Amino acid sequence: MATAEIEAPVDALEAFRAHAREWLGAHFPPSLKGKDNAMSAVEGPHENTPEEAAWQQAMGEKGWGVPTWPKEYGGGGLSRDEARVLQEEMARIGAWNPIGGMGVMMFGPTLLEYGSEEQKREHIPAIAKGIVRWCQGYSEPGAGSDLASLQAFAEDRGDHYVVNGQKTWTSGGQWADKCFMLVRTDKTRKHEGITFLLCDMDTPGVEVKPIRLISGSSPFCETFFTDVKVPKANRVGEEGQGWTIGKRLLQHERSSLSGGGSTAGRMFSGAPLGQLAKKYVGVDEQGRIADADLRSRIVRHEMDLRAFMLTLRRASAEAKSNQGPSAATSIMKNVGARIMQERSELLIEIRGLAGLGWEGEGFEEEALKDVRTWLFGKAVSIYGGSTEIQNNVIAKRILGMLDHQ
Amino acid sequence: MAVLTEEQTMLRDMAREWADNESPVTAYRKMRDAAPAEYYDAAAWRAQAEMGWAGILIPEAQGGAGMGYLSLGLVLEQLGRNLAATPLAATAAATSALLLGGSEAQQVEWLPRIAAGDVVAALAVDEGPRFAPDKIATTVEGGKLSGTKEFVAEGDSAQLFVVAATDGLYLVAGDEGVTRSPRKLTDARSHAQLRFDGAPAGKLEGGADLLTQVTDRATAALCAEMLGMAEAAFAQTNDYLKTRVQFGQVLASFQALQHRMAKMFTELELMRSVVEGALEAIDSGRANVSHEVSLAKAVAGETLHLVSRETIQLHGGIGMTDEHDAGFTLKRARVLEAMWGNAAWHRERFARLCGY
Repeated sequence: MATAEIEAPVDALEAFRAHAREWLGAHFPPSLKGKDNAMSAVEGPHENTPEEAAWQQAMGEKGWGVPTWPKEYGGGGLSRDEARVLQEEMARIGAWNPIGGMGVMMFGPTLLEYGSEEQKREHIPAIAKGIVRWCQGYSEPGAGSDLASLQAFAEDRGDHYVVNGQKTWTSGGQWADKCFMLVRTDKTRKHEGITFLLCDMDTPGVEVKPIRLISGSSPFCETFFTDVKVPKANRVGEEGQGWTIGKRLLQHERSSLSGGGSTAGRMFSGAPLGQLAKKYVGVDEQGRIADADLRSRIVRHEMDLRAFMLTLRRASAEAKSNQGPSAATSIMKNVGARIMQERSELLIEIRGLAGLGWEGEGFEEEALKDVRTWLFGKAVSIYGGSTEIQNNVIAKRILGMLDHQ
Repeated sequence: MAVLTEEQTMLRDMAREWADNESPVTAYRKMRDAAPAEYYDAAAWRAQAEMGWAGILIPEAQGGAGMGYLSLGLVLEQLGRNLAATPLAATAAATSALLLGGSEAQQVEWLPRIAAGDVVAALAVDEGPRFAPDKIATTVEGGKLSGTKEFVAEGDSAQLFVVAATDGLYLVAGDEGVTRSPRKLTDARSHAQLRFDGAPAGKLEGGADLLTQVTDRATAALCAEMLGMAEAAFAQTNDYLKTRVQFGQVLASFQALQHRMAKMFTELELMRSVVEGALEAIDSGRANVSHEVSLAKAVAGETLHLVSRETIQLHGGIGMTDEHDAGFTLKRARVLEAMWGNAAWHRERFARLCGY
């Protein structure tokens, strides 16, 4: 176990728990209980109801949407223990965090580490309140897994850069206010020629084109940059330091994608597979799922899921030293992706053809949702560094194996 | 590859050429986007019938070619390679019922019209979303059939239905007493719910296991389509890996990916053997058809599952887009896996048939 952080005195934690319970009771509208949308990360923004707007505003002002971020930039300033207590108290009453997105998961933590004081003051409070949407300008058509071969070029023009090129898989690009991106500032060096820039999406020359997916949704875009002016003040870190900063951000991305945050609970919520199987497949004379083969696969899956959740808990306990995400996040991302995809496939198999509805009459609403989640879920093992790339990271960084061929 | 007769080789080559030229995946995409009421291209079906495919199973005396199930499978495999939307498999399944249990009068009435492509027929068995031939509540009284059938393939357009009732199989023709409701599945093909409310029905003869014989034949034909889909998706993936460059090398040079392709190739070889084995068992009238069919469907389901998943994963992001064809295979694959019993169902039956 990592060292450092001293356990907070139990009574202080209990005092915090009482405070959290009282504050949540006063501010979380019971009508919103459990109304969190697991697909909200990939769906477009929706018009908040007055209750949702009030809940978001309250959490934003309190800083509890980003509970462990520093108070001076609009965060909650809580210790990890306090944040855990807050999470427990929210779960107790079915409350959920209305502040999210790529700003919270990836960009914020990275800027806190690498940004200038001005940049932190400018961007972090707006992320903490959930009022500015960020998108990620990393991948390009020819630079997916091999991200460092990106070609979008930023030319130095004194007090600003002029960016030209194309990005792809820009999650939520059509709804974003701002973009954090990796661009090339030096064509002669691969990794050292990359710089980290921040770009307003309404800058002239920025164009987005949504990409329709097999699930029917368009959560990603192709983003085109034509002579786009980006002030030098929007560069994070030094010129050529972008790869280091960008990689750090990817660790945060993996960490959040692996389900380390609240996403895991949401991803795996819903009716237990066993109950659903009894409904669709029926039971034998002893009350067991009638299909023995399916039954044993459901059990294997549930065991995998529990092992995953326990590992997440152990990893988070061991990481209390505040060192941030480690290479072990690769393992968690791969396991999380596999379990999520298996769950989707089991859900579909259990319902038979009723689990494969696309639209129209004759299907349960839940089933139609699960079909889209199943199809979109095929991306989980591709985005944020594919399963293959994570395995390379594990082999090289953790196991000390040689460069692959 | 099974040892084919000269006639079968010609049939296969013709089907392959037609499917590649006249019915490539772009034709399926066009059909999906246009979404016609019958969920297939009527002109393409007409062309298939003119080439004699609707009559492959039907004896020459009734206007068919009398070539059997392996021949039907050769054609369905080629169509599957191109994801062709066709009522051929459904019509062949219903044709099997007529051949096995139809009276001479019933055969004379329907087989020539099916062989000519004038009648699309469908097999209606299940009353829920999962294959359950032992759970049938549809009844017939005084020649009138009543009950509800779910997810009937080509149910939107078929003019002739072979319907499973509590006491056997029946023919229902036309629309009297029949209500159709479309069910849109991920594969954008026809899977209608059919409600029969006193529809005039004529009984098919045949023994107590007629339903099993018919669904076994329907299943074997489906496996041929699955084989074609898996082979095409695999070939497409193999081509992609040889062209996509990352880290300064084509993906095909990475051993981690090579081994996965080698594994899939191996599984595909096993899949071909069991699928052809099932079709040949039917043609040669062997007693263990059900064994062979369950073996084929279980293996085909698992293998197509593996290949369709890996096709998306190995294509990376581009495979997730609607613009790419990989998603079509994934979506259709799950539907075919679920039809006529999934891998789990057939493993269970195989175990029972083996006395385990």
